[in-house]
Amino acid sequence: MRIGVDVGGTNTDAVLMDGGEVKASCKTTTTEDVSSGITSAITEVLTAGKVEKSGIESVMIGTTHFTNAFVERKHLLQVGVIRIALPAARLLPPMIDWPKDMRDQVGRYRHMVRGGYQFDGRENVLLDEKAVAEIARDLKSKGVTSFAVTGVFCQVNSSQEERAAEIIRDEVPDATITQSHNIGRIGLIERENAAIMNASLAALSTRVVSSFREALAGLGIDAPFYISQNDGTLMNAEMVEQYPILTFASGPTNSMRGAAYLCDVKDAIVCDIGGTTTDIGVLANGFPRESAIAVDVGGVRTNFRMPDITALGLGGGSLVRSNGKLTVGPDSVGFRLIEDGLVFGGDTLTATDIAVAAGQADIGERAKVSHLDGSLVKAALDEIHTMIEVGIDRMKTSAEPVPLILVGGGSILVSRRIAGTTDTITPDHAPVANAIGAAIAQIGGEVDRVFSYETLGREAAIESASAEARQKAIEAGASPDSIEIVELDELPLTYMPGGAVRLRAKAVGDLVQAKG
Amino acid sequence: MKVTVDLLEDFARGAAFLGTGGGGDPYIGRLAAQHAIEEYGPPELISLDELDDDTAVYPVVYIGAPTIFIEKLICGDDMDFALSKLEEITGRKAGAIISAEVGGVNSIVPFAVAARRGLPVVDADGMGRAFPEVQMVTFNVYGVPASPAVIVNEHLEHVVVHAHDAKSTENKLRAIATEMGLGAGLSCYPMTGKQVKDTAVGGTLSLAHGIGRAIVEGRKQGDPIESLLAYLRTTPYYNKCKVLFDGKIVDLLREVKGGWNIGTCVLEALDGGGSRMEIVFQNENLIARVDGKTKVIVPDLVCVVDRESGEPVTTETLRYGQRVKIIGVSAAPIMRTPEALAVFGPRMFGFDEDFVPIEDIA
Repeated sequence: MRIGVDVGGTNTDAVLMDGGEVKASCKTTTTEDVSSGITSAITEVLTAGKVEKSGIESVMIGTTHFTNAFVERKHLLQVGVIRIALPAARLLPPMIDWPKDMRDQVGRYRHMVRGGYQFDGRENVLLDEKAVAEIARDLKSKGVTSFAVTGVFCQVNSSQEERAAEIIRDEVPDATITQSHNIGRIGLIERENAAIMNASLAALSTRVVSSFREALAGLGIDAPFYISQNDGTLMNAEMVEQYPILTFASGPTNSMRGAAYLCDVKDAIVCDIGGTTTDIGVLANGFPRESAIAVDVGGVRTNFRMPDITALGLGGGSLVRSNGKLTVGPDSVGFRLIEDGLVFGGDTLTATDIAVAAGQADIGERAKVSHLDGSLVKAALDEIHTMIEVGIDRMKTSAEPVPLILVGGGSILVSRRIAGTTDTITPDHAPVANAIGAAIAQIGGEVDRVFSYETLGREAAIESASAEARQKAIEAGASPDSIEIVELDELPLTYMPGGAVRLRAKAVGDLVQAKG
Repeated sequence: MKVTVDLLEDFARGAAFLGTGGGGDPYIGRLAAQHAIEEYGPPELISLDELDDDTAVYPVVYIGAPTIFIEKLICGDDMDFALSKLEEITGRKAGAIISAEVGGVNSIVPFAVAARRGLPVVDADGMGRAFPEVQMVTFNVYGVPASPAVIVNEHLEHVVVHAHDAKSTENKLRAIATEMGLGAGLSCYPMTGKQVKDTAVGGTLSLAHGIGRAIVEGRKQGDPIESLLAYLRTTPYYNKCKVLFDGKIVDLLREVKGGWNIGTCVLEALDGGGSRMEIVFQNENLIARVDGKTKVIVPDLVCVVDRESGEPVTTETLRYGQRVKIIGVSAAPIMRTPEALAVFGPRMFGFDEDFVPIEDIA
């Protein structure tokens, strides 16, 4: 038995799964401290499923907490940004293409120092260690505790980044340091952006991971817990503490994979309506369509592999206003829906109230919205459906209609046929598709190592790297039959003799289910 | 026409398409141009008709492997230095800047240089696409000497090359660029306005802008690739175009050798019919074959785009598993003459076959 939990901006959902079967599910609201929401969600599914805590083998948590924090510019740290590049790259300093408000909030301290490698790992410029030490000392006096270090061609040779991190640690012993070679690929601007984003989340990640840990300990569950990352695989708590950025976009990935799992449909539009936003994605052959273009997160360019998602400011908690022109969202009461929404006795008109008034849903007290004007309800529903139709249309690439899968707690907002779709599927457990996506998240195994093509030959080298990645996935708990190689990158290291090539292979597979 | 910042994004996207996988990610060039334009004002884009015969015109480009520029970015001082050094050698102050290569980052770099110097940019280039070598330009095909050429790195170390022909200039520049780390700034082919009119491929910068805009407009209407093809059919030279393949990347072999990204990309058809396409690239995509049969060959264009968004995909960002469409496009007639094919036809890239125009291939 395993538990999948999805911690969204508004709702915290949980599912209890036995193999492929959903035994129990529930939806609660996200709490300010995160952990009490998780605790109540898990308690509820355990009770409903009549399962002992000791029967839980693993807990998978998906969270949009870090993405939301970044996009909403909340709880972010000022980062000491150090780029090791000069005299190269001088024209385009760090964060040159960031939105200004974001730069003010995160990147007040941006520095470039001399250093960097050539493409083949040769040193282009000696690292200016003195400059790094001076910057670290200066930033320490300004209270900076989180640093992002990015060096030219550090994926070929990471020594200067590592050395710079050492120097920073000597000067600022309690510093958190993100080295770009650990999270990004080739492409200095995008990798540096990712490193800075990651560093800005350092304090929040420690806090959130420990609240996850406390929630489980408080419940007396001592099964291992994992957190899902954007490629649909899981990572452990220590990894998330260091690299919270790897959770970015895991929400849409989970919801789409959860939806595909529930419907057994391979090609469809998936519309995940949450409390604050609606994410629209495309399911192609059972997998989320990936964005081929550099993905902007909160206006910042990155080069992660991410599902191609369009987000609308529409959800169950969206504010409905009718002074003059009727509007729905983009602001939402968020997790305060159950206090502020009319049907819950509050005084804010939300999209959920409209759905209840229209008889589409039975939530809270219907009597509390019976006074709403029929034409207002209709106008709000018109607006909600139009917003979704426009969003879907934007994501579609041909006129061919496809089925629409509706998931998420806000799916109650939709009652009509949506233009451009064949039919609307609202699978059982649709409101908790995210949590199911987390629960079925896969286990990955990765190899990143230098192979000699001269001695081994290319095919044998790839075979060997793939086999090793598979083995690692199996050791981490993946079922051997389900493993696939999902990524394979070759980076020739021409400065080394013997046809040296750095191979990165990633295998993923389903978590093995214990019998019974 | 003023080249304002708001035009740059469409422009860069079109330039990436014309780069046929090479020429580097124009994003970097766009940032450089954007900041130069914000600081110094937008440069004027002038047509060949507006160019005076005796104006001194200089190309300013970056030379090297595209992968280098997404890591080392742009130093900036290097291109200014290359231009002023070449002016000093020829004794003629620049009256306009020209792009040597409309594909990729080199299509936009001239805007940055022009803005910084307050000069206009000529709406033309020497390739009508992107090519890997310095002699592979129409300037050379139709008689303009490549040297003197000034090559500069980020340390502002520089070398002036005088060579007996363009290929020999290329050989020397390539060796120097490789030593400099596979990427350097370069100014060469000093020309007069008359020479530009006689040898350049005209209208290609506005073409790049039109392509970028067609893709974006198409996204709003639901089919960026159809919108792109419809636009190309209205252009004077690039009007023979079609989708050659719709597939998923199943193998990718690449190496950085002799200063280039060289490799082969294998795709499998998404219709499940088992058909395979192979694309061979040397910085740029050079040839595309379906089940061993050539479908389009250099100098005609082999363009890889994301199958949904129509976004051009450069060779350095090709990835295993990517789903893409391959589009073939006819090159300008000035690029398809026997003289031109002797400089950048298939045999110049080591293929043992002759050029056949895309419109003549079934």
